[in-house]
Amino acid sequence: MSDETTREFEVEKQMVETPEGVETTRTGRTYVPRIDIVELNEGIRLLADLPGVAENSLDIVLENDQLTIEGFVEVERPSGYELVHTEYGIGNFRRVFKLSDQVDQEKITATIKHGVLQMDMPFASGPRTRKIAVQAAS
Amino acid sequence: MWWRTVDGNSVWQEMEKMRRQLDRMADNMTFRSVPSFPALNVWSNADGLLVTAEVPGVQPDDLDIAIVNQTLTLSGRREPADLDENARYHRRERGCGEFKRTIELPYRVAADKVEAKFKHGVLTIVLPRVEEEKPRRIQVQAA
Repeated sequence: MSDETTREFEVEKQMVETPEGVETTRTGRTYVPRIDIVELNEGIRLLADLPGVAENSLDIVLENDQLTIEGFVEVERPSGYELVHTEYGIGNFRRVFKLSDQVDQEKITATIKHGVLQMDMPFASGPRTRKIAVQAAS
Repeated sequence: MWWRTVDGNSVWQEMEKMRRQLDRMADNMTFRSVPSFPALNVWSNADGLLVTAEVPGVQPDDLDIAIVNQTLTLSGRREPADLDENARYHRRERGCGEFKRTIELPYRVAADKVEAKFKHGVLTIVLPRVEEEKPRRIQVQAA
């Protein structure tokens, strides 16, 4: 499967849905980052597209088995310019995952480069008995 | 039935007119519908244009920006994740491979003065308008 070298690019950014009657605490739009989740021999790797997010504007919070990734984008409106054609919106990113207990939470690492977050979540030592370590929370 | 006896010239004129109408329709649609990758935002001021694109995970060396006449072409590729063969995707939403985007600019730009920067996966291209084609204000003098 990893020999697949091309995959169609999705262009439209998906906004985070807010339940009716619930208000977000921040202004501006929030998008769902596109992700890949790959199971490797040694653990789970998560890749997320977070264009415009720097390492210091990224919030990764693990609470019990819930992993929340939030990326904050500084909207740099080019000064002195007027927007004449728009194909994409700019906003923050947010996505929540549920981790399985197979992952050793103490050993999770995260790096971001060129707007792509890579998180490596090694499996806890000991025999693995179950599959599927990461599932998207609703 | 629509019928007209036309000479060769006006057939072409008619087709040209239809083509322009279709182009206009297509233009109007691209504003609403989803464009191809990468999506572009275009900014403008008196000095020229600024184009931005979100291309996370693309290596700056793999990006190619070309300007021919009034056409800007942005092409490149995003490498797939480097994984061993035992790797198994649970979810795969991120595209990879080659991409190419071409847009028609409203005027000529000084190709030698075009600047591009790439930061956190966002590409910004500054396209200064050709100096001698910038609109000039003519001062009206009292006689």
